[in-house]
Amino acid sequence: MSGNVLVYLETEGEGLRKPAFEGLGAGAALAAALGVELHAVIAAPNASAVAAATRPLGVTVVHVIEHADLATSLAGAHCRAVKTAAAAAGASWMLFPATILGRDLLATVAGAMGAGVAADATAIDVADGGDVQITRPVYAGKALQVLVARRSPFCIGLRPNAFPAMAAGEPGRTETHDLPAAGDAPAARVEEVKAPETREVDLTEAEIIVAGGRGLKAAEHYELVEKLAAALGGVVGASRAVVDAGWRPHSEQVGQTGKTVSPRLYVACGISGAIQHLAGMSSSKCIVAVNKDPEAPIFKVADYGIVGDVFEVLPALIEAVEAAKSA
Amino acid sequence: MKIVVCAKRVPDSAAKIRPAADGQSIDTQGVENVISPYDEIALEAAVQLKEAGVASQVTVLCLGPKESTKELRKAMAMGADDAVLVLEDRPFRDPTATAEALAAALEGLSPDVVFCGWKAIDDDSSAVAGLLAARLDYAYASFVVKVEGADGGLRVSREVEGCEEIVHVPTPCVLTAQRGLAEPRFASLKGIMQAKRKPLAEQAPAAAENASELVALTPPPARPAGRIVGEGAAAVPELVRILRDDVGVL
Ligand SMILES: Cc1cc2nc3c(=O)[nH]c(=O)nc-3n(C[C@H](O)[C@H](O)[C@H](O)COP(=O)(O)OP(=O)(O)OC[C@H]3O[C@@H](n4cnc5c(N)ncnc54)[C@H](O)[C@@H]3O)c2cc1C
Ligand SMILES: Nc1ncnc2c1ncn2[C@@H]1O[C@H](COP(=O)(O)O)[C@@H](O)[C@H]1O
Repeated sequence: MSGNVLVYLETEGEGLRKPAFEGLGAGAALAAALGVELHAVIAAPNASAVAAATRPLGVTVVHVIEHADLATSLAGAHCRAVKTAAAAAGASWMLFPATILGRDLLATVAGAMGAGVAADATAIDVADGGDVQITRPVYAGKALQVLVARRSPFCIGLRPNAFPAMAAGEPGRTETHDLPAAGDAPAARVEEVKAPETREVDLTEAEIIVAGGRGLKAAEHYELVEKLAAALGGVVGASRAVVDAGWRPHSEQVGQTGKTVSPRLYVACGISGAIQHLAGMSSSKCIVAVNKDPEAPIFKVADYGIVGDVFEVLPALIEAVEAAKSA
Repeated sequence: MKIVVCAKRVPDSAAKIRPAADGQSIDTQGVENVISPYDEIALEAAVQLKEAGVASQVTVLCLGPKESTKELRKAMAMGADDAVLVLEDRPFRDPTATAEALAAALEGLSPDVVFCGWKAIDDDSSAVAGLLAARLDYAYASFVVKVEGADGGLRVSREVEGCEEIVHVPTPCVLTAQRGLAEPRFASLKGIMQAKRKPLAEQAPAAAENASELVALTPPPARPAGRIVGEGAAAVPELVRILRDDVGVL
């Protein structure tokens, strides 16, 4: 008999990040298939306020751990919090978002608890015999792995935008726990955080991405990509050629050595579609490409293509999208 | 300060990946192998720390098949002092078993700093470094984009959610490299010659169980063929109609 499912809910300010709701969606399905309870953990300096503001979550118990040490994005204190919640929840299955902190927690919690790991899953299924099967892309999406968990407990990382978010459910109970003290081993410590003035939506969570490539010819022309992204309500991405040229920061790079994204809509402007770029975006739900070369490999993965010059197509597209939005 | 860089041999990022008949591995025919790109970045950062006098020794550690010797020689040509190859024979090893075997090898090397890539570009797990830190009870900092010597350890910058976080990391520690940390150098002819004489030790792996079973390795589902909406600005009205009616984003 399997133990319960515990979902780690990552917070942001006074609320939960979007992947938290996808974690609850995946967790609810797994718990229902296994016939076990769904638990969640919120660990943050303001965890009780976040928990109060975001219920009902449709879980049996929300484990709340509030402590000033949880203000950092270093994994240490968060790992102790999740271990505490896992013990209280009787968890066999722990789900984490594949965000920066979520990836670190997946690995450090698994290491600390002797648990198994499957990272960056895009599907979780329970087979007839009760085996939990995890599907995950490998080789940057050029192949899919199907794994069966063979250890309890087991930690699973969830790719953002791959699981349906859970709608609100029954209000669960709340249990609060203390954060256990750190062990004796010296730990990493944050000395300073340099935050940008405005924080953009993370690329991996974005619903709509407009990305530009070398076809834009110069950094200043990126304005076209920014304007189209703004008109569509999306964020900006970039090919590596553009990042290497210094037009855009590395945080915007999509591809094998950048971010892996699966938005609802990905618009590639002046991007050739090199295999390393496709690796990062070919699981997007809908791909639109604008490229003047009809033979560009990007058209092989695009759902819709326009063969044309970005300097002609993008201004017309921006105008038409703005008009459609205000109609 | 002694640094061990964990470097994995992986198919080149441009390689065509075809699952092999055993359902466990890929068809290696025509596949070029390289040091995983983030591991190469970690190696370059480690060599620069040695050149800056912060580190005294850089060892490169690989768990992989005998052929990984080629990647280890390359790492030594790029400036690593010596190499350890933990010989691997099973087709599938999950992050749990990999970390177990690497941790056992690391215990024998007793490093001050273990430098990994943030992920290996074959299994894309991004899990081994964190597992190692937890298993060895070392301090841990991931997604490092800058590193320098500091009192009692290192000072690193991490790239997290659009912020830059400056972190003091005491030794012993595990770090993971993100792009931007360092630009891997090309091995010089002199480096290549010297690497031939640098020590490369081979070890058998410690016993380590997978925590998962690989039941299938398949090509991804093919994307249905798309269509060219049209040419130039004339195609824009039809694309906007599609975005509104079919994709539903307007
Ligand atoms: C180890 C490794 C890792 C890599 N990782 C990544 C990665 O993570 N992400 C990534 O993106 N790349 C990555 N690359 C690089 C990749 O191989 C390509 O070099 C890169 O994606 C090319 O970027 P691009 O499409 O912008 O430029 P190009 O390939 O130069 O393509 C420009 C395109 O713009 C079109 N064009 C030109 N002018 C116009 C115009 N006026 N209007 C419309 N179209 C126009 C051209 O037809 C062409 O198709 C990696 C490479 C290696 C070796
Ligand atoms: N077989 C291996 N040999 C050496 N280092 C490895 C191996 N597997 C993983 N690593 C290290 O762990 C990092 C993360 O790998 P992964 O968790 O598989 O994505 C890699 O970038 C390497 O630094």
